[in-house]
Formats: sequence, C-alpha cells, structure tokens
Amino acid sequence: MADAHKLEIFRGLVKFKSNTQKIWGVLILLSIITAIEVVLGILKPDWGYNVVLGMKLLNWIFIILTLVKAYYIAWDFMHMRDETVGLRRAVVWTGVFLISYLIFILLQEGGYVFDVYDSGFIKNDF
Amino acid sequence: MNTTVATTDTEGKTWGGGNEPLKASYGKMMMWFFILSDALTFTGFLAAYGFSRFKFMDAWPIADEVFTHVPFFHGSYPMIYVAFMTFVLIMSSVTMVLAVDAGHHLNKKKVTWYMFLTIIGGLIFLGSQAWEWKTFIKGDYGAVQTKGGNILQFGEYVNVDGEQKFKRLAIADFAVAAPGDRVKHERKNGLWFDDEGTLPAYQVSDIVKGMEANSNVLVRTQIINEEGEKTVLSRGESLNQIKNNGKLVVEGANLVVNEYGSPLFADFFFFITGFHGFHVFSGVVLNIIIFFNVVLGTYDRRKNYEMVEKVGLYWHFVDLVWVFVFTFFYLV
Repeated sequence: MADAHKLEIFRGLVKFKSNTQKIWGVLILLSIITAIEVVLGILKPDWGYNVVLGMKLLNWIFIILTLVKAYYIAWDFMHMRDETVGLRRAVVWTGVFLISYLIFILLQEGGYVFDVYDSGFIKNDF
Repeated sequence: MNTTVATTDTEGKTWGGGNEPLKASYGKMMMWFFILSDALTFTGFLAAYGFSRFKFMDAWPIADEVFTHVPFFHGSYPMIYVAFMTFVLIMSSVTMVLAVDAGHHLNKKKVTWYMFLTIIGGLIFLGSQAWEWKTFIKGDYGAVQTKGGNILQFGEYVNVDGEQKFKRLAIADFAVAAPGDRVKHERKNGLWFDDEGTLPAYQVSDIVKGMEANSNVLVRTQIINEEGEKTVLSRGESLNQIKNNGKLVVEGANLVVNEYGSPLFADFFFFITGFHGFHVFSGVVLNIIIFFNVVLGTYDRRKNYEMVEKVGLYWHFVDLVWVFVFTFFYLV
C-alpha cells in the first residue's frame, strides 16, 4: 500500500525517507521552537522590549513562532499537505480571513477603550 | 486519500455522488469543517481576552509572576511547568499521528500501542491542568482589593548582590491578627436563604496594624511602569492607600476576585483553559472508544482505519489550540 504522503518540508530542503521519519522530524522541529519560546520567555532579553510596528519585538517573535508551529501541526500531523488544494483552501482561507478580521476589530476597539480611560474624561479607578 | 476512503457503490456515477473533487471521505471533510468552526469559537474567546487586555494594557497581570510553581518543588520557576504540559500534548500528538500511520499499514498491534500512549498523554495533560488550576485558585501571597476594585500587593526591598530588588511578601508574614470581631454569617443566624463564603484569615485592619509594626512593608499597585514592572509606592503612600482605599483581603483567584490583578484575567483563564480542557477531556473519551474498537478488531475487519484518522484530526486540533493558548496566556 504505497502512501501518497509528501515527504518534504521547508519547500524540499529536507526530505524524509518515510512518513514515520517525517513525523519524528517535525516533532524535533516543534520541540526546538517551543524551547526557543520558553527560553526567551524566561530570560526576557532587553532587546525584546523594542517596539516594532506597535508591538514589542519579543511578542512578534512569540506570535510568529506560534504560527510556524500551527502550520506544521496542521500540515504534517493533520496531513493538510496531502489533501487536495480545494479542501485545504476551503478550510484554511476561511479560517484565516475570519480570524484576522475578528482579532483586528476587537483589538482595535480594546485599544480605543484604553485610550478613553487613559486620556479621556472617564476614570474607572478610585 | 485512496488508502483510507471507504468505498461505496457510487463509483462512476458523476451526478450520484461518485464524483469526489476533494478526494476526501464525507466523515473526514465534516471533521475538518467542525474543526474550522471550533477554531472560530476559540478565536472568539482569545480575541475577547485580547480585547480586555488591550483595555487594561497598563495594569494587566504579568504571567511570569502568576504561574511560577512546579509540583514537588519549592521556589519560583516561571514557564517550566507549562512548557512541560505543552511538550506532553505535542508528544501525544506524535503518538496519534504514528497510530494513523500504522493504521495505513493495517498494523493492528502498533495502532493499539500508539492509541494507548496517546490516551496516557492526554490524561497527564488533564492532571497537570487540574493542578495548575488548584495552584491558581489557592494563590500564594494574598493582596488587598481597593474600593475601586484594584489590587494592592505587598513586598519589601532587599539587597541581592548589592542591588535593590523588590521581593514579594505574603500577608501572613506581617499581618497582625486581631481577635476575630467579624463572624462568618451563616444561614442559621439570619434569613435561611442568606449566607456568605469563607471569610479570609485576615482583615484589612489586621494588615494596617501589620504594616505599622513592620516599617519595611511597601505596597505594589497594578500599574506597569516604563521598565515593564509593577509600580511600587513609597512608604507613606503605601499606608495611605491601604488605610483609605483598602476594602477586602483577597487570597487566591476565583471568578469574583483575583489576588494577581484584574479579575478578568482569572475569568478568562478559567474559561479558556477550561474550555480547552473540556476539549482534551472529550478527546480522551473519543480516543478510548476508538482504542477499544481497535482492540476488538473492528477496523481490522473493515480493512480501513479511517476512524483513527478522524479522531486523530480532532486530537491534533486540541494540540493546535493549546499552542495558541500557551502563547497568549503565558508568553505574550
């Protein structure tokens, strides 16, 4: 029973011999990413506090690494890589679009409410 | 995929269901769309958390100071335990995908073992989460809530390697307990339907006395200063705040009060990790059902292990959500 698994990650940079090997390879990748996150989370280096595009550099790194992890979980553990393009787009693009929209709208509003408390006339404290 | 799709008698009937442009079985596709909608539910919760956090941007609790415990060890180890939990969940995802892979090769023995390990991983994770909740509910230092609902915590400056560092103090370390003048109100003492929860061990007046007796005790507010740390008040201002604004002694966290800061933090923590934990729990139950089906040979007779794959999708999704919960509750 020849499996139709695609055995390449990193756009063909790393190619595994069997599906089992690919699974262990992805586990190593995910573990390394988690380790980087944890080490940065504990050390909190000073350069991480520089604000880039409205957010701390450290937070950008955490969020990007999380998305990388999510990609490999969905693509290799959930076999999204092996599904047809149609199914993949139906699931992923729908999610990405709605999630980005919801996050943008709520965070924008949260920031606005903060500004009103911070510099407007309304005070909630004491 | 050809290897897993159950065959029906619709082959070749283009308009009778024989045409499968997505080349996935009905069950698998529906699992994907369920996962999509569940992902949107989680997004709703996490985005609401983000909203509240942006709203109280300058006063949100610092996760590193909240989750610092590891079972069987004393001291402060931020991140370590939750990193362990993340690793357990990723590991059980790996055993799940190995089970799916063994299923493709119709290897019943291997599927059984990998499913078993997956279930064990899920149970370890659930136990860890229960412990994490217990620790969070119990709290560690205690704090005073003001009339305005803000949290005032206590600590002192100590010399560490020639540097002045702020060290937290537990209420029990300095408060002077007065003989109890406030008795817990019980049903038998008044209206039969009216009672109250357990009273905290100390009252604000005990803390005021303790602060007056110990000149080293300072108050720390919720407000985060430019160095990314919580603001520490001067001695005079500390006494002033506690005396004039202190209202309630808070120990630990629940849905109403939270000694670490905004009660919203505790609410979202319980709700989101609880909802995720519920998913893990139902995932474990589904895994157990599938495990017994594998053991009984149901899929072996069917010559098709696709059920393992479908439940596997759900299990990976639980892992996927945890990756985000981990980032937004513990890291960012």
